[in-house]
Amino acid sequence: MRALFRILSLLSIGVLAHAADGDAILRADCAQCHALSGSAAGTLEALRARKAPDLFYAGNKFRREWLGKWLQKPARLRPTGFIYLDYLKKGEKADIVDAASLTPHPALASAEANAVADALMKLRTHDDLIAKEKLEPGTISRAMGEMVFDKFSGCLACHLIEPEYGGVTGPELYTAGARLQAEYIASLIRAPHAWQPKTWMPNKHLSDANIVKIVRYLDTLAKENARAQP
Amino acid sequence: MRNLKYTLLALLFAAPVTYAKTPASDNYALYCVQCHGLSGNGKGVNIRDMSVQPRDHTDAKAMAGRSDAEIFKVIKEGGLAIDKSVQMPPWGDVLSDAEITDLVAYLRTLCQCVYGASK
Ligand code: HEC
Ligand code: HEC
Ligand code: HEC
Repeated sequence: MRALFRILSLLSIGVLAHAADGDAILRADCAQCHALSGSAAGTLEALRARKAPDLFYAGNKFRREWLGKWLQKPARLRPTGFIYLDYLKKGEKADIVDAASLTPHPALASAEANAVADALMKLRTHDDLIAKEKLEPGTISRAMGEMVFDKFSGCLACHLIEPEYGGVTGPELYTAGARLQAEYIASLIRAPHAWQPKTWMPNKHLSDANIVKIVRYLDTLAKENARAQP
Repeated sequence: MRNLKYTLLALLFAAPVTYAKTPASDNYALYCVQCHGLSGNGKGVNIRDMSVQPRDHTDAKAMAGRSDAEIFKVIKEGGLAIDKSVQMPPWGDVLSDAEITDLVAYLRTLCQCVYGASK
């Protein structure tokens, strides 16, 4: 009987310790680069002192499934590094990224990655902004979406929509539909500076209708991109 | 009394921070260089696939063709506001009017020009 209790309590300690892992890993292995609490940089100096994207609203931003996978195999999201100016140099025809200065992101094993993903999903300092977005499900063709994204809105200037097509000072968007929650995408397009007061992503003042079209377009792109992968 | 003194002192030190504007060169570096280039010559890191190329801010002839008011407007409201490309974004959400005024003056040093003439 006593042995049974001991086994039971050991089991529950095991479960508790495991549940705590994600937070512990975040504090031990991620906090030196990422802000896990607090608020976004309010001045250029503060922004340029940041080493990595803020994670205190990760639970408002990312899809849980994507986080678990990406943390095991972190492909580059920002082709020009976190703060593009730090990696820029003059090239022959135009400025270029000093590719040798970009470092790979640390990777986690499967169990750790999933514990960290669960912990990240609990960081939600911007439920307020997400609650403002009401999105109806729907689809849009790639051609129509690209028209709104590029021709009408000028978003292609800073974002890749294929691995080798588009601008580079924003995160790539060909996997954004799988990476980001739809409400986050809508909110960021509507008010980038409500999330990051000093970001170099401009507010293009799009109509509600065009925001919805772009959310659906990024979903289309991500699905096509996933199909193209082996 | 003592509290008042501290409050005044605090205000004194807080004021410059509250009203501080970022120097034009720093704003240009973060917000404009991505398209207009490290040298301001329109050769930014983003230009490869852009259907309309960014203005060369060192081109005295082209920049002299715009008044300070027009340059202010295009920075604050974007290319569409002066019938130019949507690819030139609006910056009024992140830059104050005072910072945009400073940027206009900064562009005049890049082109070494004034409205209607090169220097
Ligand atoms: C040496 C600094 C450094 C460390 C340590 C680090 N990261 Fe990062 N992280 C970065 C940078 C830089 C990026 C941007 C990468 C990119 O855009 O390709 C990033 C991106 C991310 C992203 C995507 C964020 C976004 O907004 O696009 C997540 C999620 C993330 N890191 C999680 C973690 C976790 C979890 C850990 C700890 C296990 C960790 N990072 C450790 C530097 C770091
Ligand atoms: C001048 C460059 C620039 C332009 C133009 C631009 N963006 Fe961005 N975009 C950025 C930057 C920089 C970020 C990263 C913002 C952050 O989280 O700090 C970003 C982030 C994003 C994200 C989130 C990606 C992620 O993984 O975090 C989406 C979605 C997005 N932009 C969509 C758009 C759309 C739609 C447009 C056109 C209406 C647009 N962008 C125009 C620079 C730009
Ligand atoms: C996403 C790329 C992009 C960014 C970032 C950008 N510009 Fe531009 N800019 C352009 C393009 C493209 C044009 C050319 C528009 C045209 O000719 O139709 C332009 C044109 C201009 C013009 C000339 C307008 C005219 O016709 O006389 C000025 C002035 C200007 N930009 C200032 C700025 C300033 C200042 C910043 C930073 C606060 C900035 N731009 C950031 C893309 C950009």
